[in-house]
Amino acid sequence: MSSIGRPDPSVPFADLANASPNRNMDKIPPIPFMRKARPYLILAPALLLTIGILIPFFISIYYSLTNYSFKYKDYSFVGLENWTKMLTDPSFWHSVWVTLQYAFFSTGTEMLLGIGVALMLNQDTRLAKALRIVLIFPLMIAPVIATLIWQLMTNNSVGVIAHALRSIGINNFLWGAAPKTAMFSVVLIDVWVNTPFVIVLVLAGLRSLPKAPFESAMVDGGSAWFTFKTLTLPMIKPLLLIALLFRVMISLQEFSIIFALTRGGPGDTLMSLPLTAYNEAFTYKELGAALPYMLILWVFIYILSYYLIRYWSRAQKNASGS
Amino acid sequence: MGNTNPIAKILKNSALLLYALFALFPLFWMLLISFKHDREMFNTIFVFNPTLENYRVLFSTGEYIGYFMNNVFVSVGAVLLSLAVGVPAAYALARFDFRGKEDLAFTFLSFRFAPEMLVILPLFLIYQKIGLYDTAFGLIWVFQLISLPFIIWILRGYFEDISPEIEHAARVDGYSWWRVFLKINMPLIKPGMVAAALLSFIFVWNNFTFTLLLAGQGVVTTTVASLKYISSDTVHYGQMAAAVTIAALPEVLLALLIQKHLVRGLSMGAVKG
Repeated sequence: MSSIGRPDPSVPFADLANASPNRNMDKIPPIPFMRKARPYLILAPALLLTIGILIPFFISIYYSLTNYSFKYKDYSFVGLENWTKMLTDPSFWHSVWVTLQYAFFSTGTEMLLGIGVALMLNQDTRLAKALRIVLIFPLMIAPVIATLIWQLMTNNSVGVIAHALRSIGINNFLWGAAPKTAMFSVVLIDVWVNTPFVIVLVLAGLRSLPKAPFESAMVDGGSAWFTFKTLTLPMIKPLLLIALLFRVMISLQEFSIIFALTRGGPGDTLMSLPLTAYNEAFTYKELGAALPYMLILWVFIYILSYYLIRYWSRAQKNASGS
Repeated sequence: MGNTNPIAKILKNSALLLYALFALFPLFWMLLISFKHDREMFNTIFVFNPTLENYRVLFSTGEYIGYFMNNVFVSVGAVLLSLAVGVPAAYALARFDFRGKEDLAFTFLSFRFAPEMLVILPLFLIYQKIGLYDTAFGLIWVFQLISLPFIIWILRGYFEDISPEIEHAARVDGYSWWRVFLKINMPLIKPGMVAAALLSFIFVWNNFTFTLLLAGQGVVTTTVASLKYISSDTVHYGQMAAAVTIAALPEVLLALLIQKHLVRGLSMGAVKG
């Protein structure tokens, strides 16, 4: 038995495997190699399945260095040409700006609105209890379906919002069709779909808060805003960061809402990085030129998520430690 | 929170109602006009003769039923495949300690944040080469990027909640590792598993970009089909509303079933609500 080695406390059953043989156990204790390999073996199917999808991901780095086009059979290695072309193209910087604007406005609105609504839902009234259940519905709707719904609502001939706007004298609100209101329109749809995500998370945080500090704050006569700022906010910070992390990461690569509403238009108003990559690859058929747009977005998302996750785990330690 | 000021309370509740109107009215209105005849679409708003005409036309060709069934097939397929490989993976990540564990776990999580378009561009090429373009299996495979992170991360948390002592005790009683997994662990994580499966089903069902670009005419789903209604010249708003209602209905119903697990599910286990 000594060859099995010391029981490893981190491995369940390791101590059992080394237990005295008169215990009613499997007759042969698992050999060390098998025990070490077991987690990897159990994980293998999941890994294989996703590696199959990820190989193309690495191939895409290679293709970004070629002039691969869906129009021709042959392609050749062109080095960093696609990359330098992209970085010196003013429309690339426009795309970056559109992408950041979209992420900033949608995530920002969703966080503020979500926190506000969660605070209002956190009371024991019948209204709040009923709304807690139904307010998540928009989150379950596919973004492209949500876009369709809003398109119908704002449709000039049948839309109920268009009707309402006309009745108060606004006839020329063009939503996605005008450069001035296009960004507002797509952000509005994103906010409609995703605010419930923030609400659900923040509300869970609010409901798990300890009662005592808030009662003593009330006895001390602190204002509602003061209590919120000094007690509530620091305590739900880890939750807010999780909500922020998810929303930023996903809004930076949003494709379906913009595509369904305007296809990046009018003109190039809403040409974010994913829309530009789509255009390069599927309108102009230039795969090699399209890839750098997505690779650079991925690097940006990766770095951002790395720091946000680190910041979150520190905030979580602080929140639970104090 | 104890806010006793009655004016503040009224303001609070009216603000809440205002948001509820914003969130729920579009769904209500969609349902409403799906029962409105095209004749009445332009000259009525709320009062009209309800009709099932839109639904009848939608289902008369069998085309839309086909899209719907495609959606069901690829979504169920993707979730089942994710469960088959994800449940053991979640267990391994919760129970065993091994080198590279956290890195592996984060690799799975990072799929949730990988830009879809970046995955699609090379896959578009490769799927056509290996014959997976426009096939149900091709979609089911790429959907693993959506459903697998959910299954693994949510269930990992549920497995971690089960005390290893229970497993030890069963092992001492002579049950094999596999039987302990099936008879003790599985019943304990079942509620979490159902919730994770339903939630990932919703997100796979909702996916638009993968289906739009990695499938052609062979596997059209309701999300992609709905685009047709926008671009077609003769716009049948009522039918469009009926199509939208049917595409959105399963998700709303499923959402009601997983209320209790929603926080944990949506945050992928990061928040144990």
